[in-house]
Amino acid sequence: MHRRPLLWAAALALSFAPLLAQAQAALDEIMAKKVINIAIPTDFPPYGYVGTDLKPQGLDIDMANYIGAKLGVKVELVPVTSANRIPYLQTKKADLVISTLGKNPDREKVIDFTAAYSPFFQAVFASKGLPIKSAADLAGKTVGVTRGAIEDMELTKIAPPSADIKRFEDNNATVSAFVSGQVQVIATGASVAGNMMARNPQLGAEYKFVLKDSPNFIGVARGEDKLRLKVNEIIAQAKASGDLDKMATKWLGRPAGDLPN
Amino acid sequence: MVALDFGAVLAQWPALLRGAAFTLGLTAVSAVLGGIVGVACGWARAWGPAWLARAVGVYVELIRNTPFIVQLFFIFFGLPSLGVKLTPELASVIAMVVNLGAYAAEIVRAGIENTPRGQLEAARSLALNEWQVFTRVVLPPALGRVWPAMVSQIVIVMLGSAVCGQIAAQELSYAANLIASRNFRSFEAYLIATALYLGLAIFIRQLLNWAGPRFIFGRVATR
Repeated sequence: MHRRPLLWAAALALSFAPLLAQAQAALDEIMAKKVINIAIPTDFPPYGYVGTDLKPQGLDIDMANYIGAKLGVKVELVPVTSANRIPYLQTKKADLVISTLGKNPDREKVIDFTAAYSPFFQAVFASKGLPIKSAADLAGKTVGVTRGAIEDMELTKIAPPSADIKRFEDNNATVSAFVSGQVQVIATGASVAGNMMARNPQLGAEYKFVLKDSPNFIGVARGEDKLRLKVNEIIAQAKASGDLDKMATKWLGRPAGDLPN
Repeated sequence: MVALDFGAVLAQWPALLRGAAFTLGLTAVSAVLGGIVGVACGWARAWGPAWLARAVGVYVELIRNTPFIVQLFFIFFGLPSLGVKLTPELASVIAMVVNLGAYAAEIVRAGIENTPRGQLEAARSLALNEWQVFTRVVLPPALGRVWPAMVSQIVIVMLGSAVCGQIAAQELSYAANLIASRNFRSFEAYLIATALYLGLAIFIRQLLNWAGPRFIFGRVATR
């Protein structure tokens, strides 16, 4: 009976061991387990969506598999939404987030970023009948946007106070709100808008003005420098070999071009 | 280790407070209208003509056997294709009234059907008409009997209103979600939202337990 407290202490120490060993250990852990968990979008064509065979596909999925192949490990795809992809990284449910993630100062406070791997821009779209040339023209209009996405931040900064910004949980809800006429204007990524307009020609929607050019980066948990540098190495090689351009051309119809590091 | 930073979230207290007030308002309107729908449907199922009882039965089963969020999405995203466009606020109220109405109908019906036979016979022998019998003799004690269940259902609907943020109604979870996606303090934001929901739920329960016997069904001996 006297040994009990000691046993408890040992058990306690053991249960904390993984926590203590976590810093910087992601890459070693991935290589040891031969598995990498990568968060990908499934509501964001052509970057990540579910095909008719119910399997995720898109540029981000190709990129995830590419990195897995270069590391020589199995890739476990973890579907996430715009709003929950960073919490997934923070809580170690994913080792990498390859989910059309743009870089901004708020996000840099909580996670780290690799070099950019694909181009992207956010813009405002509305029907041809609405005269909108700049942010000031949004006055008095209802604008739909996905909560927490880059376009939400940009729009919030530049929209006039009388613009009624409605924030939705994910891109599907934002697009549904625009298609069903619940909002007059939609602020979203070019790919989402392109897909929406292709499927709903009756809307007569068109590009109005750009909110932000924001290439996509891969998110890594804070302080996992070893993993980040390894992924940077893979991206640099892919850039040099033309693999990034090939991927961008396959999914976006244009090469990746000049991406920031 | 995770370092908690409640300051970053509490700095947004006006948004949280507005969200809590919105949730409370949404619940108040839905509770009043849903209660009325519930009483009307409870009457229809227990006392109404057979065709009406059947129609209300379909409504009750349809609502009680589908998820609230699907009902909400149907009203907000589905109805516009029929030409009905509603603001997120109105769509939320309608969804909550329709939802509470169905559950309340069953609760009220249970109360009505438990009316002792003798009480009905006594009322009729006093030459009261059917309307008077229902509103004076049957309904008040029926509501008194089922009041605790009714209060619980209203609290459940209040908690369920958390999903109204999905269609951009600016209630409490919408505020918490917005704050969390701005500063990534999800844990703190949801912890505070949880505390606010707990406070709201206790407040609503106490208020209704106090108000019920005084204003809704009178001081009846419910044993």
